[in-house]
Amino acid sequence: MLEVKGLRVRYGAIEAVKGIDFSLRRGRVLALLGSNGAGKTTTISALMGLVRVAGGTILHEGGPIHALAPEAIAMRGIALSPEGRRIFATLTVEENLTLGGAAHATPVERDRSRDEQYARFPILGERRRQKAGLLSGGEQQMLAIGRALMSAPRLLLLDEPSLGLAPKLIAAIFALIADLKRDGLTVLLVEQNVAQSLAVADDAVVLASGRVAAAGPAAELARSDAVRAAYFAG
Amino acid sequence: MDIALQQVVNAISLGGIYALLALGLAVVFSIVGLINFAHGEVMTLAGYGVLFSIGLAMPLPAIVLFALVVAVVSSLAMERIAFRPLRGADVTTLLITSFAVSEILKVLLQNGISARPQAISLPPWLSSTIELGPVVIGMTPLLSIVVVAVSLAALVLFLTRTVPGIAMRAAAEDFSMVRAVGLSANRVVATAFVVAGLLAGIAGVLWVAQRGSVDPLMGFVPVLKAFIAVVIGGLGSLGGAVLGGFLLGAIEIALQATLPDALAPFREAFVLSAVIALLLVRPDGLLPAPVARRS
Repeated sequence: MLEVKGLRVRYGAIEAVKGIDFSLRRGRVLALLGSNGAGKTTTISALMGLVRVAGGTILHEGGPIHALAPEAIAMRGIALSPEGRRIFATLTVEENLTLGGAAHATPVERDRSRDEQYARFPILGERRRQKAGLLSGGEQQMLAIGRALMSAPRLLLLDEPSLGLAPKLIAAIFALIADLKRDGLTVLLVEQNVAQSLAVADDAVVLASGRVAAAGPAAELARSDAVRAAYFAG
Repeated sequence: MDIALQQVVNAISLGGIYALLALGLAVVFSIVGLINFAHGEVMTLAGYGVLFSIGLAMPLPAIVLFALVVAVVSSLAMERIAFRPLRGADVTTLLITSFAVSEILKVLLQNGISARPQAISLPPWLSSTIELGPVVIGMTPLLSIVVVAVSLAALVLFLTRTVPGIAMRAAAEDFSMVRAVGLSANRVVATAFVVAGLLAGIAGVLWVAQRGSVDPLMGFVPVLKAFIAVVIGGLGSLGGAVLGGFLLGAIEIALQATLPDALAPFREAFVLSAVIALLLVRPDGLLPAPVARRS
């Protein structure tokens, strides 16, 4: 489904991602782990076309996407729930969701899809007329995920969905990821929360300083020292 | 009393035109980060659209429609030809480009048509007056107020009820996230220029209707005022642009009505002093835009 080969991303003189390879099969959840600055968010931004790819290839459903604009990548069935949520704070909850589906569905389908998000996240339904900026952190995270799901993506990119949330909400987010996986959605999950990520993921890739430090089935990585080593190596 | 009311009508109609122009500047600035000084020429071109279509003896609705189409097309053409190739360039580059576009259009109009004002013969009923009891109100300012009110209401509906409108508001906040949900950057920017062009076109038609002539430099002063209105209101804030426009119109009319003749030539200096005083108290404007995430 997704195949990343030799991916390089540069910010000026600094190479943040130094040639990484991984692949993600349909219907599976891949956790992309690593400490701060390991290159996780850079990688996911490159997948969405938000940063320029300096080298390597990204194939999605067999086609190259590494040179495409973000809007073209979104039209190929990839949706992003970004780090820091980046909901449209001055828009209402409903308007945020509407935009999520705007390019992908007819108005009728969009309304139906929005009702699905309200069923999945009842609190968003209650607050549909409120400005998104007034939501709590957990609600904003749900909105960011709901907005991404509005496009009925085939691949969902989730960047740090549990960041800054209370333990109860973190559990809810991971339960949601498990639900999405059960529904057959393919998910790339970037997380700091290692134990819970490995519990929900099928496979995992550990990044350290822009390179792949370890990769394999999540259950195996959970037992090995590779993950811990990558985090403490910085 | 009746004179005071007439001045209020004048203030609202002048402020309304500033508000329409200021909104166009603010809409484009909030999304592209461009202060488009060629916005005044869009207004001027709408004025020449009126001149041209009157020359063809078109009926009034067709004249207005033609002028608005000229404005929208010229605004879109500016974006496509001058600004799109510079997408992502820094503010200074964009600003200088907009000055260049403005100068080129002025020179083309001066050399291609005439540097002198061209008189526009308007239907006589436009210069008639309406008597409401003791108050006599000019038809043109009254019509301006109605047109501005309808335009503002239509803009609010567009921005809150349609997907392109909602996308424009979102783009002012986080443009790259709008692209990440699948909406085309080019289309969002083009929509902003269409809206700005349409508003400048409406302002141009109203301006011409009040003055009865067009000239190549016609757009310069109003767009400078609109820029001041945008700054008063808070750069990039749409509500602020409207408020700033009306406030500026009110200050100008109030000074015009109250300044003694000896001081009248210095009216602009008083207006600008008031603006400076206001910005000293509120440097971000009256209704600052939320801090946009720029990528």
